[in-house]
Amino acid sequence: MRELIKSPNVDWMGLKRGFILISLVLLVLGALSAFTRGFNLGIDFAGGTLVNVKFKDAPPPENRLREALGTQGIDTGKVVIQPISDPITGVKNQVLIRLPQREVRPKTGASAESELDVEKRAILAALQTFNPPSEAATKADLNTISRDRLREILLEEDPLQLVSTSGRAAAELEYGRYADAIIQYRDRNQGGLLRDLGDLRAVSGVPTALIHWMPQRFFAGNAAMISAEIVGPQIGQELRQRAISVTLASLAGMLIYIAFRFEWIYGVAAVIAVFHDVLITLGIFSLVQKEISLNVVAALLTLVGYSVNDTIVIFDRIRENLRLRRREGLIKIVNDSINQTLSRTILTSGLTLLAVLSLYLFGGEVLSGFSLALLVGIIVGTYSSVAVASPIMVWWQTWQSQRQARRPVVRPKPAETAAPGRKERRATASH
Amino acid sequence: MSRKLRNRFLLIGGVTLIALYLLFGPLHLRDASGRITAQAIAANFTLSRLRQNLAENIKLGLDLRGGSHLILQVQTDDAIRSITAGNLEKARSILQQAGIKFTTATSPALGRIEIELEDSAQIEDAKARITLDFGPGWTARNEGKRLIFEIKDEEARDIRERATEQAMRVIEQRINAFGVAEPTIARHGPATGYQILLQLPGVDDPERVKNLIRAESRLELKLVHSGPHPSEDAARQSLGGTVPPDKEILPARERRRDPNAPPVQYYVVEKTPVITGDDLRNAQAVPSQAGGSVYEILFSLRPSGAERFYTTTSANIGKNLAIILNNEIKSAPVIRDAIRDEGRIEGDFTKEEAEDLALTLRSGALPARVTYLEERTVGPSLGADSIRQGFAASIAGLAAIVIFMLFYYRLSGLNAVVGLILNLILLLAAMKIVGAVLTLPGIAGVALTIGMAVDANVLIFERIREELRNGKVPASAVALGFERAFTTVFDTNLTTIIAALFLFVFGTGPIRGFAVTLTAGLIANFFTAIFVSRAIFSWVLERQGGRPEALSI
Repeated sequence: MRELIKSPNVDWMGLKRGFILISLVLLVLGALSAFTRGFNLGIDFAGGTLVNVKFKDAPPPENRLREALGTQGIDTGKVVIQPISDPITGVKNQVLIRLPQREVRPKTGASAESELDVEKRAILAALQTFNPPSEAATKADLNTISRDRLREILLEEDPLQLVSTSGRAAAELEYGRYADAIIQYRDRNQGGLLRDLGDLRAVSGVPTALIHWMPQRFFAGNAAMISAEIVGPQIGQELRQRAISVTLASLAGMLIYIAFRFEWIYGVAAVIAVFHDVLITLGIFSLVQKEISLNVVAALLTLVGYSVNDTIVIFDRIRENLRLRRREGLIKIVNDSINQTLSRTILTSGLTLLAVLSLYLFGGEVLSGFSLALLVGIIVGTYSSVAVASPIMVWWQTWQSQRQARRPVVRPKPAETAAPGRKERRATASH
Repeated sequence: MSRKLRNRFLLIGGVTLIALYLLFGPLHLRDASGRITAQAIAANFTLSRLRQNLAENIKLGLDLRGGSHLILQVQTDDAIRSITAGNLEKARSILQQAGIKFTTATSPALGRIEIELEDSAQIEDAKARITLDFGPGWTARNEGKRLIFEIKDEEARDIRERATEQAMRVIEQRINAFGVAEPTIARHGPATGYQILLQLPGVDDPERVKNLIRAESRLELKLVHSGPHPSEDAARQSLGGTVPPDKEILPARERRRDPNAPPVQYYVVEKTPVITGDDLRNAQAVPSQAGGSVYEILFSLRPSGAERFYTTTSANIGKNLAIILNNEIKSAPVIRDAIRDEGRIEGDFTKEEAEDLALTLRSGALPARVTYLEERTVGPSLGADSIRQGFAASIAGLAAIVIFMLFYYRLSGLNAVVGLILNLILLLAAMKIVGAVLTLPGIAGVALTIGMAVDANVLIFERIREELRNGKVPASAVALGFERAFTTVFDTNLTTIIAALFLFVFGTGPIRGFAVTLTAGLIANFFTAIFVSRAIFSWVLERQGGRPEALSI
């Protein structure tokens, strides 16, 4: 039998003061950061434009990019440019460009929403300046063209003389097929960017005559927008409110479930611990100014469910031990329960952490916030089930039994002791 | 093997086979001639065929296959405004018909109409007549000579709701006609937000679709009173300086792209249209009779409209009829003959413009303008990258966990790994059954499920070890371990599922995908970690004679 820890015997409840100190420091640091630096809200919540641009080779230096954006009327002081690389191949050829929500210009009748994609179009125009001007002036960029537009140009130019030989409708169908094949090849086989029009020779189902003709009218541009997200101010605000209310609702859900399965104080203790985890995770996001996106909120909600697990495992054991060992003190039982489940707690958190870590390392840019939130949350969550949930429960129970013990002396009212719960009866009986 | 255990394995095997069939099926048993042959059956089991089936069974979300996601808002104020304007017109004509004189009749705010009468003695009469016409949706009160009508809140809400539903139907028709495969159109956000969510797979350049969706395309045919006039002023002068309430002045732009085109001209037309877009039965783009690459739109009318059109045109032969699109006269041909049900819109359109216009005319007009609140587009190449990365991350996580479990729990670790792989298969099969789509966060959900799935195994295994340490023999340690760990596994899985439910309520698209994957994974986990793992343990114990001295754990 391989073992992580051999029969641990730690007085966890004796470490209470240390735990309170650690949690307080983390909470206060997070709160300070949240109030002074605030959160780096992603466009999901703050509104704005986020585009992912892929270049053939390394992207141009940041100042050149800014310059190009500036010529399109974009306020470059507010642009965030972040180079990203493929986590598997390590190739660094993409750039995220983020623009904040544009200020609402009061216009008669029209809201700012009606021109939601102005920035996106400006960025597209700016990217064109990285192409050789001699080509860009006369030819169309095959790396940014849509299928429909390609079909139209082909139909207009009619390089294969299909219109004259087989009629307009047949030609349209035929060129549509070629346009499909070329765009599919660009997006599926070449990762969205053709290096050179010569690459098109590998496209199956397109006549070589057409491939040879292509360079007369087209060129392969240096950059393409591979994703674009634009969120208006209204959506951002709605989502912020919804994120907060759903997180609180899910905490309430946990409270009700655990209170139903155990006793209500177990539920309260578990939920306080989870709330503590969520706050610390948020604090760390504020400290490192990591962007909070919709995915991060999804991770926080998952955390609410997951973080309760360790607490439940410990509470389950406490409940079982309370039943088996009635004569022992609560603190001893809680300590033993934590010790008995300790290797399990560390193992499961560790294994889930392994899964999350691989997501963080290999999952790419979109999932990095998501996996960071889970990474931090699982560590804090494991700590808090020992360091926060259990002490709260112990503290409450001790306080209750002390109060119960004193009560018959202070206020010997028969009416009050007439219908006590099972637990209270036990507490009074032992005195 | 005992009978009970054999039944268990039969059940597990059956479930596994069904899940695999759901993922890699369907099988094609017949050959080209329709006969069932061994060769036809064998042909199903090539790697490419299975891969293709898998790709068809697991539907990918927009973020993985590429496409556009739009959230738009119906400007329902427009609907209230047009109803208010309509009611104002009606009130005016009611008063005129009844011979009640009024000094002003205006709509100072949305859903509010104010009428000032000349004689306050007629106010109750006027109020009664108008209220009868407006119906129960409006309140009426009077202050001196003034009558004030206001729309009730619930009536306004109804109108907004109807406008949103109608906009959804119109947009749906337009998108279907445009040929987007498997679009999603649904209400979105809070009920009073009047938002619509659109998901358009495969559309990676949403410009054209966006314009198509919000195109107003309001077609009206009105009789021309006089014109053309060289300027708006000249048109007004022809009416003696003021425009009477039943007439209006509209601009005409013909041949927009022709540099030698005449400048904008103005016509005076009747305000009430003969025909509107609602009367259309069909509209299609056809090459212009003039030839070249110019297109025009040929439309036909529904029977009721055709009847009206016939009556009007036969009574007005020799006059001009203005064909108006979005308040701009496209042409004003002379009526030569009584026309029953066909007409043309000429306007120097390109093929694409004409097709889009015909399409939006066919789908009917939007009851209110729409604005875009959110737009997300993912190109197919990014989606492919995401799949690769998500897959790599899941495999790396799986490998790390498998290695650890085998190292730490040895043969029992193998038991957990079998359960883990079965868990993944069941998870994917469950997604196929409920028709869920796999998204990038969904792949993260799969990776996370791998981590959480072994949680249950670890819980049980640690419990078994504890019982062994307490001196129990393997058989009873296994039994006790499963029994005692059950409630814990149940509680922990269920709390995560509860959180996932909230996640489902909160999110759209990708995040919902994540919630679904997580839930499916955890439910499958109940089966694999408890039922399957237990069966394997029983089998191992039985093989060693039922009472072995040691257990590899």
